[in-house]
Amino acid sequence: MMGLVSYLVFFTTIASILAIAVLGLNLQWGNTGLFNGGVVAFFGAGAYGTLLLGGTPQTDHIGGFDLFYPLALIGGAAAAGILAWVVGRLTLHLRHDYLAIATFGVAVTFENVMRNAQGLSGGAKGLRGFNRPLEAWVNDGFIYNVLFLTVVVALLICTYWFLERLICSPYGRQLRAIREDEIAARSLGKNPGAIRLTAFITGSCILGLAGGLYATFYAFVSPQDVLPTLTFQLWAMLIVGGAGNNRGAIFGTFLIWGTWTISGWSLARFAPVEVQLYTGTMQFILIGLVIVGMLLWRPQGLLPERLVVSQSSTKKLN
Amino acid sequence: MIQSLTDGILVGAIVSLGAIGLTMVMHMLRFANFSHAELLSIGAYSALVFDALFSGILPSLANNIGPLSMTWALILSMLCAMGVTGLSAVLINEFVFKRIREKGSELSMVFASFGVAMVIRNVLGLIFGLKSQLYSNDIVFAVLVSTEPQLLIKPDQVFVLLAALLIMLILHFVLSRTTFGYALRAVAENPPLAEVSGIRLSRVIALVWIISGLLAAAAGVFYGLNNHINPVIGRDLVLPIFAATIVGGIGSIYGAVLGGFIVGIAANMALLVLPSGYSPAVPFIIILVLLLVRPHGLFGEAET
Amino acid sequence: MAETLLHATNIVAGYVKDLPILKKVSIEVKKASLTLIIGPNGAGKSTFIKAIAGVVPVTSGKITLRGQDITSIRPDQMSQHSIAYVPQSDNIFRALTIRQNLELVLRKNRTALDRIDTLFMRFPILKTKQTEKAGTLSGGQRQILAVSMALAAEPMLILMDEPSAGLSPKAAQEVLQLARDLTTEGVTILLVEQNVNQAMRLSDHCYILAEGQNQHDADAAVLLNDPIVGEIYLGGKRMRAE
Repeated sequence: MMGLVSYLVFFTTIASILAIAVLGLNLQWGNTGLFNGGVVAFFGAGAYGTLLLGGTPQTDHIGGFDLFYPLALIGGAAAAGILAWVVGRLTLHLRHDYLAIATFGVAVTFENVMRNAQGLSGGAKGLRGFNRPLEAWVNDGFIYNVLFLTVVVALLICTYWFLERLICSPYGRQLRAIREDEIAARSLGKNPGAIRLTAFITGSCILGLAGGLYATFYAFVSPQDVLPTLTFQLWAMLIVGGAGNNRGAIFGTFLIWGTWTISGWSLARFAPVEVQLYTGTMQFILIGLVIVGMLLWRPQGLLPERLVVSQSSTKKLN
Repeated sequence: MIQSLTDGILVGAIVSLGAIGLTMVMHMLRFANFSHAELLSIGAYSALVFDALFSGILPSLANNIGPLSMTWALILSMLCAMGVTGLSAVLINEFVFKRIREKGSELSMVFASFGVAMVIRNVLGLIFGLKSQLYSNDIVFAVLVSTEPQLLIKPDQVFVLLAALLIMLILHFVLSRTTFGYALRAVAENPPLAEVSGIRLSRVIALVWIISGLLAAAAGVFYGLNNHINPVIGRDLVLPIFAATIVGGIGSIYGAVLGGFIVGIAANMALLVLPSGYSPAVPFIIILVLLLVRPHGLFGEAET
Repeated sequence: MAETLLHATNIVAGYVKDLPILKKVSIEVKKASLTLIIGPNGAGKSTFIKAIAGVVPVTSGKITLRGQDITSIRPDQMSQHSIAYVPQSDNIFRALTIRQNLELVLRKNRTALDRIDTLFMRFPILKTKQTEKAGTLSGGQRQILAVSMALAAEPMLILMDEPSAGLSPKAAQEVLQLARDLTTEGVTILLVEQNVNQAMRLSDHCYILAEGQNQHDADAAVLLNDPIVGEIYLGGKRMRAE
């Protein structure tokens, strides 16, 4: 029983962290119409950033500033934001298919650099030497995990609340206007380029936050955590849940992550030994089919976007 | 340095063949097809299957042709693999991309292509195993063409280059001398005008997919011949092939050819200065530079 | 009384199904005639031509050609029904040479070489420049090529969308006169024009459309003498026919 509860805590923690990431992605894609093919690079920037800033000094690579944890986490998110600023300045004006390729390339390059730059990131063996915050004080592993989960869920709720307010705000209206018809928006005096960039950076910071939390949870990050397949999984979560819709994003995350873990568990449990090697392979086929299937059957996702009524405009009409 | 240049040309030929098909599809259907590179894997593995089949039926076909590790069985297999891959490409379009395009947007097709790539790559892994394989277990020695500067070339590499150039020449002939080629170019330039001129768009689109599959299969076999065959051929070549199409300009077949060679040479020359671990990032750097400096590539049309 | 070649009845059509541009337009085109459609901008003139060509989908109504229902044909099926269409702009393939453009439209034709020779005899400028890319031609030359491409398969009916647009008055007159000449050879032409003055003098029958509906139609000779038409379209009394 305890094992099951413990596992559920673990599952919900990871799912919540990924949900934060998908919310960030939703801001970029669902609300602003930006195709980020390199999601994992920003997630990774947050992960590596947090560990480098908050970790203990190591001999073979930089970092280890041992910063107060919230600062390290914010630093990680900021690293993601800075990366987003650079990438955004260079690529956001591109047509959507070029943007997809360029951002995909960013992710491949990020993983490549992290894998090779020993001095920066510890290379292929990853970053260690991180002490999880307050872990020394809380002696019980299970209680610590529950506390960690509480913090993560709190952050998830905050992020959700923040993004929901953003959508209803004038800024949110601008995002929608640009998404629907850029030329019209420009004629109204809005600067689509600047607005898109801020949305891209904000979404990436949220991705970085999730990445930082992820790395904190494991107290470890390696190039294996920032493979393009994670980009793919996060996209699947958004597409299945419903793009343009924060509730859909969270719902999709839990659904897909649940499917992933259940399929992994069932294969490990029931499949013959020879097939075990192919667990990951089969999971990827499953996810791939889910994505293609959703797009064929219900591209708007399971929880489609509701029409947003901005609070301030209805007030004015009165 | 001349070794890098030569290696780059040889790799470039393979990337070019992959890029021609991608540039045609990207231009016509306006979507970045992340699953195109997987067609190379399908081609490579199909040829493996046919090779085993033909060698089994007629063992004399399995003799090496001269100094190559290429056999008649493999050549025949390659042709069959081209057919299989062409068919796969058009079927994937028919059942996936076309339907998604009708229901959703162009971007949905991009996501779907990610999904299709995942499925193809992993299904191949499931069927054929995750380890690398080779067409032939013979060890083929590189020939020392010159000692100062040192230049080593495998006969297979020369064969691949010549075969690739031959295929491109045939394509060039078709495009510049046959009415079918004119029809392809017409659809690329102005689809509505092509339609009112009596060209059935759906048929041309299907043919473009088939051709892209044919070329990709050849590229896949050539890659397998010079390197090895494994399920991640597509994953490894997706960025270089995209880079080649962007360098050449999306929609330009000659651009894709040139782009392939440029990317191949650049990636290999970069190894002279960068540690080899960074080579996957080189195509991306090329893409980024191009998009900043000349987004429509060498021969593409400026974006409207 | 010449037979009716094309009969369009109560055509409702538009690019988007719920936003029709044509709201029940009916037009009759007699064989070997030069029938003209005129009207203000946005009247739906080009849309009507495109509806016949199959470029714009027809929501309701019927189009028959010699009794055969062609309401829902695809554009690439026009040639099967012996119809050709000359769009207003972008009507030749710039990347192909003149000769290649013609070979393309004739690619299913067994007498392609003969047809091309005939066209070259009629339009010597095409023969002179046959190996040049169509994109290098002048506006008037491009229009000649576009009309040749339409003529290539010897169609029964040619749809022309503002063939004189962007041309000098002399070139415009040449193109319109060509259309007239073709009708004397038995070809039926349905013509949309803004250049009303020149076109009406060469036409047989004329339809006036506005806001997606028929306003009026009559023989061109009658309309040329009509004071109201004269004022709106022909620049006032002084431009009436002599």
